[in-house]
Amino acid sequence: MTMITAPELEIAVLVLGMAILLVEAFAANIDKRALAFVAIAGLASVLVASFFVAPNPSTGQATGFWSFYTADRLSIFFKQFSLLTTIFVLVLMIDYAPVVRSSFPGNTPQAGLGEFFALPIFTCVGLMYLVSAIDFVFIFVSLELVTISFYVLVSFTRRNPITLEAGTKYLVLSALSTGFLVYGIAWIFGATGQTNLQQIANVLANPTTDRNAALLGMVLVLVALGFKIAAVPFQIWVPDVYQGAPTPVTAYLSVGSKAAGFVVLLRVLQPFLALPQTQRLIVVIALLTLIYGNLAALPQTNLKRLLAYSSIAHAGYLLIGVACFDASAISFYLAAYLLMTLLSFAVLIIVAQQTGEQIADFDGLAKRSPFLAFAMLIGMVSLAGVPFTAGFFGKFFIFYAAIAQHQTALVVVGVITVGCGFYYYLKVVRAMYWQSANKTDKIPVNGLSRLAISALIAATIWLGVYPQPILDALKR
Amino acid sequence: MVLFIIFCPIVAAILIMIGAPARKTALAASVLALAAALFLLVSFDHGQRDFQHVTSFPISPEWHLSFTTGIDGLSLVMILLATIVTLAAVWFTGTIEKYENAFYACLLFISGGAIGAFASIDLFFFYAFHELALIPTFLLIGIWGSGNRVAAAWKITIYLAIGSFILLLGLILLYQSFPVPARSFDIRALKAAAGLGQISADAQRHVYLLLLIGFGILVSLFPFHTWAPEAYASAPAPAAMLHAGVLKKFGLYGLLRLAIPLLPEGTHHWANLLVVLLLGNIIYVGLVTIAQKRLDWMLGYSSVMHMGYIFLGIASATILSTTGAVVLMFAHGLSIALLFGLAGELRKQTNTLVFDELGGLGKVMPFASLAFGFGIFAAIGLPGLANFAGEIMIFFGAFKNGWEMAHFHIFQIATVLALWGVVISTVYMLRAYRKTFMGTMSERWKAIVDLRPALRVPVALVVGGLLCYGFFPQSLVQKVTPVLRTYLTGDRNLTDMEFGSHGAVSPCVTKQYRSSASTQRDGYNAWQITRR
Repeated sequence: MTMITAPELEIAVLVLGMAILLVEAFAANIDKRALAFVAIAGLASVLVASFFVAPNPSTGQATGFWSFYTADRLSIFFKQFSLLTTIFVLVLMIDYAPVVRSSFPGNTPQAGLGEFFALPIFTCVGLMYLVSAIDFVFIFVSLELVTISFYVLVSFTRRNPITLEAGTKYLVLSALSTGFLVYGIAWIFGATGQTNLQQIANVLANPTTDRNAALLGMVLVLVALGFKIAAVPFQIWVPDVYQGAPTPVTAYLSVGSKAAGFVVLLRVLQPFLALPQTQRLIVVIALLTLIYGNLAALPQTNLKRLLAYSSIAHAGYLLIGVACFDASAISFYLAAYLLMTLLSFAVLIIVAQQTGEQIADFDGLAKRSPFLAFAMLIGMVSLAGVPFTAGFFGKFFIFYAAIAQHQTALVVVGVITVGCGFYYYLKVVRAMYWQSANKTDKIPVNGLSRLAISALIAATIWLGVYPQPILDALKR
Repeated sequence: MVLFIIFCPIVAAILIMIGAPARKTALAASVLALAAALFLLVSFDHGQRDFQHVTSFPISPEWHLSFTTGIDGLSLVMILLATIVTLAAVWFTGTIEKYENAFYACLLFISGGAIGAFASIDLFFFYAFHELALIPTFLLIGIWGSGNRVAAAWKITIYLAIGSFILLLGLILLYQSFPVPARSFDIRALKAAAGLGQISADAQRHVYLLLLIGFGILVSLFPFHTWAPEAYASAPAPAAMLHAGVLKKFGLYGLLRLAIPLLPEGTHHWANLLVVLLLGNIIYVGLVTIAQKRLDWMLGYSSVMHMGYIFLGIASATILSTTGAVVLMFAHGLSIALLFGLAGELRKQTNTLVFDELGGLGKVMPFASLAFGFGIFAAIGLPGLANFAGEIMIFFGAFKNGWEMAHFHIFQIATVLALWGVVISTVYMLRAYRKTFMGTMSERWKAIVDLRPALRVPVALVVGGLLCYGFFPQSLVQKVTPVLRTYLTGDRNLTDMEFGSHGAVSPCVTKQYRSSASTQRDGYNAWQITRR
């Protein structure tokens, strides 16, 4: 068996995306949902292929292409992560297609659908490049690939004023954060004369380097990445954009964009770990994010907005992992987060088309569709961190790292915020099981969604009992 | 066999969720679980000191995490309690109008979680199984509760979530307190490592405090008790039976299982704090119980109060008192389940449990009032019922503790005050009985009928258990004491050869344990706690 090299995966996905765009352009009369199925099949085969990639750890002496691209275990893991996320997002998009169609009035019933299914593939390429990037220039380029395709996706159903507002906010603030990123890279380059992260670390180890300038650059880069991962105080855009964007795109933003942001954060912080200010700064950001995300989620009545704040809250838990610099804890948490968030969004998309996005619209769901209610129950308790779900192991590893590093403040605040989490996640459970519904008709679930949701439920519980596969995948 | 007892209720719950006939499946599962538990009881090998019927499935070798179950005397007693109360609770559940299947599934999940926690030798699953009960409790109180069910459901859920999270932090800290090669989730491995003194005295103090707060919240230790009465008053009767009778014992079981063998220095260091808090349970909550005007609230508070005695047994850490604590855990579980079950039946007929509206019901419900009488006399601690055996062992053990000290020891003060608790519980229990079953009956209650004959079976089962172990507490003591003896005196061989050089255990604690162990051996042979 010949081994596949890592860059071939991205090339394959890129070719897939272009092919789908071309088919979309020239075959106007086909059912556009077929494109989504082709895309899912293509991504799935790339996902299978990714398991045969031999990881090769990056070395400081690498030259040429390999000086800005690495194929270490972490990047392979997150390439698979991005592919899996994109596959599930495409499944969600098929469910969401009627909403997209209704926002393109006129006599072309399938207008816009082709692009809607093609764009996530390009986002996926961007995410896959991003998790492999070890050079600031390459980080910048792949981050832009992700961000620009998100600009389009977020405002896709643009006739809806809320979506338009979301698109504008995302565009303006994202562009601003990109500016910070470039400025920060410039400072770091100015201080160290390097853009490769390994080289920067080497230069910083030299006592004659101007560390303050490099540190300023690092803080500016942190601002840009804080925007991506929705860390306080760069979270202002999150609730509005999450609420306004088409729901599958919200799920994608909340899982894919965040995961890639954390991988980049880990890589970028690596050279600066020797500086004591770095950890203190991350601890402060983590504390603020935890407190803000969890407290602001408490009074929410709109489920999409609740999930937006919950995404900020989870960024807080992940930042605990960053403060302790435990890559495998973060990776496990993100894997768990992928499962439970996509599960919640999958149910939300189906239910929202019948009733609405408010938590009150979920009243009596247990009567109307026991399957969807159970799926949402698993999603919510996993987000809250109940044992025998993946979310619990995620929190377990994160807090294990925090206790090992004696981060008392983070642990104490963590206890309080976990308590808050139980309240706002169980609010959804309460609506589904305690309250009685206004409507009593059954909610139909199509076969593909039922399969995807069942797979997500099974995976959430499986990882909650047997986390070893993920731990093995991350072992160096 | 142990796996069968754990998964019998859980599989039944899943079947019921899929659509199996709810009541029949639940009854069958709980009868099977009880039968299996009785089989374990009969086939229990008294000669073996370690865990029996051990099965293990590795989960994560690098974390030394595995799904390991097994029983020793301590867990056997708890499993027996859990299976008896489960059967009684399922039996007491009548027809449920709304979501009947979900109700039975929730009950069985609570039961399976509790049994799983008692049977787990692995710390992780010990914790995780207990949490299995959290969401079912939330749903049970929220959907089928009465009174202020919304507030009660939120309060118990968030309280218990935070409590168990603190407990989780304590367990992580415990795991990390051992040097890297000794780190394991296996309680046996941890105990062996602790026996070699691999956990420092400082770490023991920190871990014990976290465990005490975590377990304390779960057991409603004063001042973390406020969730309990409200939740039990609002919960449907079967849920209150399982929660107050079985699930709450998890925290006490945890302290016995973890704190006593692994953290002797922590136990010693925080003993004074624990004594003050448990007196809060006995005296303060006892007085609050007297002031209650409703039967369900009174029962809720009384179950909080009785936790104080068990804590006293655990805090004084002598073989006699900890054995008494286990016996009382068992007995209290049965008696409070009986009382909650009967109160639930009463509420079904009267729709109220306010004392001033009740009265004279003994005339129309002779059997129920007799059974209730057994329940309250057991709860008070009358000789002949199992609670008495537990309480007296705790009082004697706690009073003996510190015998060699010159001054009046805190445990002696605590025992004296705790004895007044018996008076307090006599006051409120008898008053409740008088106001409910004695006196003149209001015209409203003429139509009330006695317990249906079918419901007399679980009542007889529980009362039988209370009487049986009230007259023969030795059969429990025989099973529990060897475990606690190895926990409190270290390994037995070590005990016989050279007791003093016992690793991390500080001389003071060792001396205390040793003295109490030896005095008990001399003075309390009547209890037959020694099996030599």
